[in-house]
Amino acid sequence: MRNLELEFDERLCATCSTYDCLVKCQYMKMDKDTAKAEMQKLIKGEDSFVLHECVTCYACEEYCKKGNHLFYLITDLQEKRGILPAPKPILKQWVNIGIPGRKDIQQFWDAKEPVISLCLFPEYVNSIQGKLFENVSIILGRYFFCQLVYLHFGKPSLIRERLPEIIENIARHGFKEVVFFHDECYSTFVSYAPAYGIKVPFRPVHFFEYLYNKLKEHEDEIKPLNIKVAYQRNCSSRLAPEKEHFVDKIFSLIGAERVARKYDRENALCCGGIIRGLQRYELFVDVQKRNVEDMFNAGAEYCVFNCPGCFSSLSEAVAKKGIKPIMMHDLCKLALGEKPTGWK
Amino acid sequence: MEVTGMDRIRKALAEIVGEEYVSDGKEELYIYSRDPGLMEPHEPDYVVMPKTTEEVQKIVQLANKEKIPIVPVGGSLSLSGLVIPHRGGIALDLKRMDRVLEVNEKSRYVVVEGGITCGKLKAYLDRHHPNLRYSIPDAPPSATVVGNIVIHGQGRLSQQYGFNSDMVTGLEVVLPTGEVCKIGSCSVSPYWFSLAPLPDLAGLFLGWFGTTGIITKLGLRLYPKKKLRDIEVFVVEDPNLVPDVIHRVTHTEMAEDMFVSAQPYPFMFKDVIMIGICLTGDSEEELEFKRRMVWDALRPHIDSKEGGFMMLTPDIKRELLEMPTRSTTRFADVMKGGGFEYCGPIIPVEKFPEAYKKLLELSSKYGITYGMTGRVIARGNCMMFAFGYPFNRADPDNIERTKKALHDSNLASLDIGGVPWKPEAPAQKMIMERMDKNTLELMKRIKKLLDPNGIMNPGNWEAR
Repeated sequence: MRNLELEFDERLCATCSTYDCLVKCQYMKMDKDTAKAEMQKLIKGEDSFVLHECVTCYACEEYCKKGNHLFYLITDLQEKRGILPAPKPILKQWVNIGIPGRKDIQQFWDAKEPVISLCLFPEYVNSIQGKLFENVSIILGRYFFCQLVYLHFGKPSLIRERLPEIIENIARHGFKEVVFFHDECYSTFVSYAPAYGIKVPFRPVHFFEYLYNKLKEHEDEIKPLNIKVAYQRNCSSRLAPEKEHFVDKIFSLIGAERVARKYDRENALCCGGIIRGLQRYELFVDVQKRNVEDMFNAGAEYCVFNCPGCFSSLSEAVAKKGIKPIMMHDLCKLALGEKPTGWK
Repeated sequence: MEVTGMDRIRKALAEIVGEEYVSDGKEELYIYSRDPGLMEPHEPDYVVMPKTTEEVQKIVQLANKEKIPIVPVGGSLSLSGLVIPHRGGIALDLKRMDRVLEVNEKSRYVVVEGGITCGKLKAYLDRHHPNLRYSIPDAPPSATVVGNIVIHGQGRLSQQYGFNSDMVTGLEVVLPTGEVCKIGSCSVSPYWFSLAPLPDLAGLFLGWFGTTGIITKLGLRLYPKKKLRDIEVFVVEDPNLVPDVIHRVTHTEMAEDMFVSAQPYPFMFKDVIMIGICLTGDSEEELEFKRRMVWDALRPHIDSKEGGFMMLTPDIKRELLEMPTRSTTRFADVMKGGGFEYCGPIIPVEKFPEAYKKLLELSSKYGITYGMTGRVIARGNCMMFAFGYPFNRADPDNIERTKKALHDSNLASLDIGGVPWKPEAPAQKMIMERMDKNTLELMKRIKKLLDPNGIMNPGNWEAR
């Protein structure tokens, strides 16, 4: 395996006047001086409480406006220093889940563009239907799994070990563009891979960009939903914040009002799933409670999800508050008069 | 036309239960000759389905008179051939006797007939007594309640209350000589609330696999059914940690049920051991309190990074909380071909690591897949540890290797100090060979006393 090094420019940090990457962290409270001191330790590869307390929400990647990659640096240092964010058997399970498939599934050889990669979410196959998905092909499974999840578990070397093979598996199909249902995959190819000098021979397309363009094609068929929604950002959206404007554009097209609330946009809170997975139960309870109450107090009727993982960990909690959980593409289908899969 | 002896007995059976409930047709004899396990099939001569205790009594009297073997049949799901009629005779299927006779809400017990299925009792309670439940085993719904009791089965409440046979409050039994006998409070009172304070005669019938009588009615404890249920799954890699995890969780007394499982597929389950902890509550607050108690109890293993709570999707949770769970049945046919058997010894909890290592060793030695399931019993007094082997009935080589693995599993279970649960006949023999000689002699005397003609389910617990 080629030795893939993070392209981290410490000179950008030296000239930073805010240290927002750490000061803005929602889970570690620190002032600018502390942030600067800890940042210097990290740059030198030394131990820092940041390495132990990071909840792996990815947000520092977005807080840094200079395009440096603090989060990737943190995860590399965690691994280098043997700091395990999660217990070993939890890591083991994830390592096993993502073992790249040894062979392509035959049916995917017939896939033709436009093609949507469903990552490791076969349970969503039946939801990819209706006007928004006419003539699309689906690929999914471990043969195409992006592997970025190991950022949460202090094992980023595994991403770099497996990613070139995954990229080759996708490229072998000859696709010019691939739409990624899960923006963790999208972010892998537009953020993580370039940060380590890994070439991507196809154009990744963000799922929301795809949805927006398809909605525009069917604009005259849209019946405004006239609902109030809260949007649950996911961790990997922090790696591609340039695509966040599609959320508002989609909401505007389908008549969904994004309620004003404390924990939205840059201040969004983690769904809690990973925090629980890191066994930080008290923090998990606190974060979910604040998040859901914020949605409720802002008058949200729906909680709209980008990520199936967030949907898994948060949907029950929002539903208990009387807020309907729904995936973004299912919400779009509602606006076109189509029922989401599984709705009676 | 000459009337043969068999025609005569068939006619006598028809006179007892009616023509439509007796058969010596090839189809029926085939069905009652086997179960999904590894024991060789053997056909009965007759299949009969009585409706009442009196009919059972008359059939037993007939069998005694004619010295014909009689095998009481429930769901035929022991997997270890316990109701295969090894010496032919009458397969007495109790499934027509499937009524719920009484539910006492305040004293929390139910009285049922001897052939009621687990599925029917669950459905009945869900519909008519939504605040009550019984300890349902993770067997298919067609398993019978009494069948599970006579094998000392376990269920979803065994972690709290012990074996399902510990939950018996009374029995009505047709003795092998034809007398109908009541056991427990129901023998002196109209109420079936308890076996105590009388001499405990239920032990003459529990664990005997129908070799000492036929249970025609059963009194069984019911338990509060909480409104909410949830599950946590704690994962470790090191089998040596499992006894301590069980010890810590059972100490909290917060769990409804605890099971342990390990299997090589799918990949996310490979090389880890999962300990399922079911929680119940009447409110979110109660549930959350219990959840925190369990998390706190396991904090030392979390902090050492050796164990952690698994991230569960709602789909996985739903599957694990199902009663009974369908995943067991799915796993049973993972090899396709309909074969499944397991050696499920009851072992001291601290022997889990040895049993687990033996399972991996045998699976590798015989080149067969495995699935381990365990259930904690009575706050960790002991646990059931299943060496589970699915196999393909159409593959003789696979069957042979599985038989060897099963044999070795039974031996290993005894070697580590456990006792095979619902053992097939060869394993019963292994147990009796190691049994205290006076105990074995006592078993022989009891059997001889109750069943002087040796007609009851011969081939099982035959102490020689």
